[in-house]
Amino acid sequence: MTLAEKRQARKAEKALEREEARATAHMNQIKPLTNALFNVLFAILSFICLFPVFYVVMISVSSEESIRLNGYALWPETFSNSAYMFLWNERGTISHALLISVIVTVIGTVLGVLLTTSMGYVLSRPQYRLRNFFNWVVFIPMIFNGGMVANYVVVANMLHLNDTLWCLILPLAVSSFNVIISKTFFRTTIPDSIIESAKIDGASQLTIFSRIVVPISKPVFATIGLFLTFGYWNDWFQSSLYISKNNLISLQALLNNMMKNLDYIANNPSAGLSLQQYRNSMPSESVRMAIAVVIVIPIACAYPFFQKYFISGLTIGAVKG
Amino acid sequence: MNKEKTVSSAEPRRKRKHWSRDDTELTLLGLPATIWFAVFCYLPMFGLIISFKDFKLIPGKGFLASLFQSEWCGFKNFNFFLSSNTFGMLLRNTILYNLVFIVINLVLPVTLAILINQLYSKRASKCYQTMMFFPYFMSWVVVSYFVYAFLNPDKGLANNVITSLGGEKVMWYSAPVYWPFILAFMSTWKSLGYNMVVYLASITGIDNTLYEAAILDGATKWQQAKYITIPSIKPMIIMMFILNIGKIFYSDFGLFYQVTQGVPASLYNVASTFDTFIYQALQSSASIGQTAAAGLFQAACCCITILVANFIVSKLDADSAII
Repeated sequence: MTLAEKRQARKAEKALEREEARATAHMNQIKPLTNALFNVLFAILSFICLFPVFYVVMISVSSEESIRLNGYALWPETFSNSAYMFLWNERGTISHALLISVIVTVIGTVLGVLLTTSMGYVLSRPQYRLRNFFNWVVFIPMIFNGGMVANYVVVANMLHLNDTLWCLILPLAVSSFNVIISKTFFRTTIPDSIIESAKIDGASQLTIFSRIVVPISKPVFATIGLFLTFGYWNDWFQSSLYISKNNLISLQALLNNMMKNLDYIANNPSAGLSLQQYRNSMPSESVRMAIAVVIVIPIACAYPFFQKYFISGLTIGAVKG
Repeated sequence: MNKEKTVSSAEPRRKRKHWSRDDTELTLLGLPATIWFAVFCYLPMFGLIISFKDFKLIPGKGFLASLFQSEWCGFKNFNFFLSSNTFGMLLRNTILYNLVFIVINLVLPVTLAILINQLYSKRASKCYQTMMFFPYFMSWVVVSYFVYAFLNPDKGLANNVITSLGGEKVMWYSAPVYWPFILAFMSTWKSLGYNMVVYLASITGIDNTLYEAAILDGATKWQQAKYITIPSIKPMIIMMFILNIGKIFYSDFGLFYQVTQGVPASLYNVASTFDTFIYQALQSSASIGQTAAAGLFQAACCCITILVANFIVSKLDADSAII
């Protein structure tokens, strides 16, 4: 057989293989009709998941008049930006709440990521002598905890953190689940040889962690940072337990308070109106929904970009470590 | 945790006998987080002794001093909680809701994950996932506004539709019959996409050759799902199951408290769980010892449940146990 013939034969063989692979792949596909049905099913489910957001946006741009006549309509008769104008006029309160939310989220995320990953790194070192002890320290809170009351007693009565920013930040900073995610990540992705060689060069563990481990572990930082960011941004519970001062109200807490008491936002009527006049001038129904929209928009814009880090975090978390 | 032990027992010789500089540095590195755990996880556990005390704040003394000086009262606080006539209702609500949620959150996401994995277009599949994941990122406060927009008796969409079809308005927030369904629906709505993605991630990790072999043997789609997909993601399912069983005495506080608008009196019997009860007790003037006792009861039950569940699983299938 000449070389050319051989090449020919090999080519034919490959083509056949490809054909076969395509055939099996094709064989394993569902029928086009089933595919269409599944698409419809998922389209409906996606619609159900997103529809409330659309609805709330529509309410927030309805005029008071059309809400009074038609209730909350899917497509208001008359549009109005009065709710957003109102929020703009109240921007003192709103932007302060926004500021609190942002501060808490940023500090909390940075602090939480540092605490979580440093602990995760320590637990991931196979030769560390106290590793088993620390493993238990992290693991026990997963199956037993003091509960709401005991936490409240510690934060409010022992540490006296209530009505400070710290009571919004500290209790949520670390969770055993996140520590275990980062531990598993470090264990599986960082080769021991890198750390050994750095040690031979005389680096301390802190140097190794900050100069070697951190730069090559960006995915896990992103994942845990995101878990924490969303946790802090969405938190209203700590606020409702510990915060009674008005100047420490976050956006979620503001929304929460407004549910109970619509004119909460009108506590400090600004333009020299009496409280009664002020209430009457307030487009109360649409304002609530407008605040909800203000909270949802940043998340809605941000999360499609970060979704993959969430998913990778979940899959790491699922690996037993 | 399991693996941990086998790994460490497999390489005991590599461990140095003496305390080294490395150990000191690692301990220092782990110290901040350890302090956090001590203060925010272990101190509250210690704080649970308050539930065995007849706590009274002694005027002029600090909280801790009062705590140590108040009288021990044995299980009196527990008696108050366990023998109160709401206890049975709370227990029933918490456990039944959780059981329903566990079943729904197992069956639906697994089914949907298998289905979405079959779609021709991967881009469409990504797109659906992104949209269905969305509710997971909403806080319950925001969700409660969504629900309010639908269920508001005068203006909400539900009543608008009902009246335009000629029906009578329903006063949703004072009609307990509907709430088990509403709560179950909202719980599913919020977590469906998340759970689906979790299972999908482990489905995509399955070795494709298994399916190819099955096709050569003439397996149908149904058989592939039954004999390959589900057995392959079984460890994941069992892990989620144990974790959820471990939370069976807890409830998603936001769901029950926010979505019902703070558990109004008319919905008290249908939407109260241990957590809403404890929260309301904490906000009211109930004795702190009694509320702490309720919390300790809850935590102890959960701890026992998770250990029992894990024990049973480890007997059936040692690899799937989480501890």
